[in-house]
Amino acid sequence: MNNSSYGVGKIMLSLFLAMCLRVLPLPPFWADFNPDWVLLTLIYWSLAIPERVGIFHAWVFGVLIDVLTGRLLGQNALAYSLVVYLCLKLHKRLRQFPLLQQELYIFICLLLSQLLLFLIKNLQSPEQLHSTFWLPVLTGTLCWPLVYTVLRFVRLTTRLKS
Amino acid sequence: MVIKLLFATGSSINTRLLIAIIASIALLVAEHRSNQLNFLRNTLSFATDTVNYFVDLPLVVVARLNDTMISYQTLKDENQRLRDEQLIKQMQLLKFESLEKENIRLRALLDNSFKLGEQVLIAELLKVNMVPYEHIVVVNKGTRFGVHPRQPVFDSSGVVGQVFRAMPLSSEIMLITDLNHAIPVQVNRNGLLTIAVGSGQLNQLILPFLPSNADIRSGDLLITSGLGGTFPQGYPVAVVDPFTSKLNKPFAKITATPTANLDRNRELMIVWSNSIPVPFTSKMLDQGVDPKKFAHE
Repeated sequence: MNNSSYGVGKIMLSLFLAMCLRVLPLPPFWADFNPDWVLLTLIYWSLAIPERVGIFHAWVFGVLIDVLTGRLLGQNALAYSLVVYLCLKLHKRLRQFPLLQQELYIFICLLLSQLLLFLIKNLQSPEQLHSTFWLPVLTGTLCWPLVYTVLRFVRLTTRLKS
Repeated sequence: MVIKLLFATGSSINTRLLIAIIASIALLVAEHRSNQLNFLRNTLSFATDTVNYFVDLPLVVVARLNDTMISYQTLKDENQRLRDEQLIKQMQLLKFESLEKENIRLRALLDNSFKLGEQVLIAELLKVNMVPYEHIVVVNKGTRFGVHPRQPVFDSSGVVGQVFRAMPLSSEIMLITDLNHAIPVQVNRNGLLTIAVGSGQLNQLILPFLPSNADIRSGDLLITSGLGGTFPQGYPVAVVDPFTSKLNKPFAKITATPTANLDRNRELMIVWSNSIPVPFTSKMLDQGVDPKKFAHE
């Protein structure tokens, strides 16, 4: 069995489902809260199996998200690669952290990503920005344990090892 | 057995990040400056449309199930209702034909130009939520069907918006209520021209450019004025809301409610209008030139 390609399907499937969650037709009120599932998934995989999922994956899925959500190409790609870079740098330490401490780090990562998107958006059309723009950061942080548990379960049952 | 390297990603990870950043910024700048990256977006849209169609799938299945489970009686009633409706519509069309002819003649007397009929493509809304704070929706028809950007989109009761971006299998439609959207309108009662700007709320348009003594009342119908060339003239856009005029302010603060069911309709109509207005003068009418033939040349 080719070890490096083993489990790629599972990773791609998880990212595909994350993309589906990203565009889920929620009622307008709840849509403001919809966190960036793809980024959370990318963070998980880059922490768990940094040899498989790296900056390249983050960049490609960033561009895909740009197309999916109709943004200017490259902005999510930029944010995702930076965040995944930070996770790759610190993955050894982060894995040892208790979940609560991890959440703090995830919060900073999501905030950084949203800040980058904010800056780019601000150059285009500043009048469209509300305070609700920052809500996904909070909900994303709250959803981290869920993403962590689910993907960890997937990883352990399919014996995806680093 | 693969050897696990403790610092496998040590030095190259920085270079990779640098490449990613440069590539992202290059994309951003390139797309901001020109539309040469459309091919890239179109190619990637095949992947993202899979996501869109997948998310929309449960709703399609439910709709199909509803269609098959429908009772004979309901079908019969609906059929009857539709037949009646069609009869009435046909009656109105009979009158429309003669009105159109009359309009062409009158315009010819004024040495004015006129626009000819429109072609319609019915597109279905894909129930996906792109970005919460923008009013952009996705429909299931794209460049494969000849859809192109800046095409007007209607539903059965009014203007919905315009095609914002067309991709092979889907296209993005900006609703008239989007904050970035403005549509040239006129008051149907007296032909007063103005611009209706999106408010960011699905049930409201704003008319910011009217002086406080403008002849406009609540309940006035706003129709497209045809200026700007994107929307064909004469389609209902919105109805003016009740407002209180404040004469001490230079501009009135007037809002209007769109006539189209922006958040409820699943079927939308993408329209091709014969976009070049035909200059037509009374001389040509005397010479017996058929305006319709002339327009198709």
